[in-house]
Amino acid sequence: MTLQAHALCCIRGERQLFASVDFKLIPGDAMRVAGTNGSGKTSLLRMLCGLSAPANGHISWHGLDIRTHREEFARDLLYLGHANGVKDDLIAWENVVINATLSGHPVSQDEAYRALDQLGLTHAADLPTQSLSQGQRKRVAMARLQFASNTPLWILDEPFTALDHSAVATLCATISAHLSRGGMVVYTTHQEISLGAGRAVTLNLTQEPVC
Amino acid sequence: MLKALQCVIRRDLLLAFRRRSDVLNTLFFFIIVVSLFPLGVGPEPSLLRTMAPGILWVAALLASMLALGRLFANDHADGTLEQMLLSPEPLTVIVIGKVVAHWLVSGLPLVVLAPLLAVQFDLPADSIAVLVYTLLLGTPVLSLIGAIGAALTLGVRGGGVLVSLLVLPLYIPVLIFGAGAVGAQASGLGSSAHLYLLGGVLAGAIALAPWATAAALRISLE
Repeated sequence: MTLQAHALCCIRGERQLFASVDFKLIPGDAMRVAGTNGSGKTSLLRMLCGLSAPANGHISWHGLDIRTHREEFARDLLYLGHANGVKDDLIAWENVVINATLSGHPVSQDEAYRALDQLGLTHAADLPTQSLSQGQRKRVAMARLQFASNTPLWILDEPFTALDHSAVATLCATISAHLSRGGMVVYTTHQEISLGAGRAVTLNLTQEPVC
Repeated sequence: MLKALQCVIRRDLLLAFRRRSDVLNTLFFFIIVVSLFPLGVGPEPSLLRTMAPGILWVAALLASMLALGRLFANDHADGTLEQMLLSPEPLTVIVIGKVVAHWLVSGLPLVVLAPLLAVQFDLPADSIAVLVYTLLLGTPVLSLIGAIGAALTLGVRGGGVLVSLLVLPLYIPVLIFGAGAVGAQASGLGSSAHLYLLGGVLAGAIALAPWATAAALRISLE
């Protein structure tokens, strides 16, 4: 089980954000994508998910190109992006049930309650998401991680923003548990956190532009 | 796969229910546009009878255009659309679910309201029945084709106007056969030919539009 990127290059408009990014991740690896604002961290993560095409280079999962084997890759991938992927008009538990069903792991209402409970949202589980704070919404989005223990690859874009200390600790524990099960995590953050990774890699995107 | 389809339909219906005002706005738009014509043109029964199918159909086109903005834009803004693209379920199935839900809230009510509004135009009963059949066959086509336009214009500034420019020309066959069927029925020719053609257009749209929409979504979100 490997995620491999070869000679990735990203061009936005006229500007080249990064070029010749290579890496290989094996089970238990955590890769932190570091870089200044605007260095292309989110662009790289979106590429790794298959949402956008690299200007150059290719990404493979189990040796298969992710853009030609979408459905197989999607089954093994969990992506939490900048936007939370939470509907304001739905109640918190409805969001959890719907997100889980669409990501291929249908759960019951009780399981959704339990997941929200573990995230400290016991009292917010029956509230419409629009009445929740930014951090609470983030936690609702995070509930997907609880059902994703069989999904090997997690790609998390700024998962720690808007979370308080205890939520950051819970999330770190969830990620560490995933890594110890043999999962892989690719994430970005500007905070200092420590994960119990088998191998922690940092990919720094702030380099001199090649052209 | 069926579970995902069910889930998407239920989700979108629930969201539409929570945002009833959006849905009702479109319906009132349809009612008002249709009702303006008898007031503006005057109470000449034969003139109104001739104009009725065209007016009802054009109003239905415009109302369904208005509703298109809701189809993907909100999901795009809060990131749920991104998650749908990354779902292991086929995107086409998710698109079909969204279009079905969209038709149920924005197309079906038009079909139900049309006979009531047709009374204003003094349409005879058999013409009203044909009008309902044409709308029943035609409004799903509007949702299906509209979905392609809505997907292509996602995230584009001024997308609302652009989507009408893209989609309205594609609605022309539906308009011609839809309004034509009622006219043919009134003139004694029978409407079956028009209805068959509309059915054919619907079958074609069902077969092709979801795939085109899925491809358009992938391009728009890149």
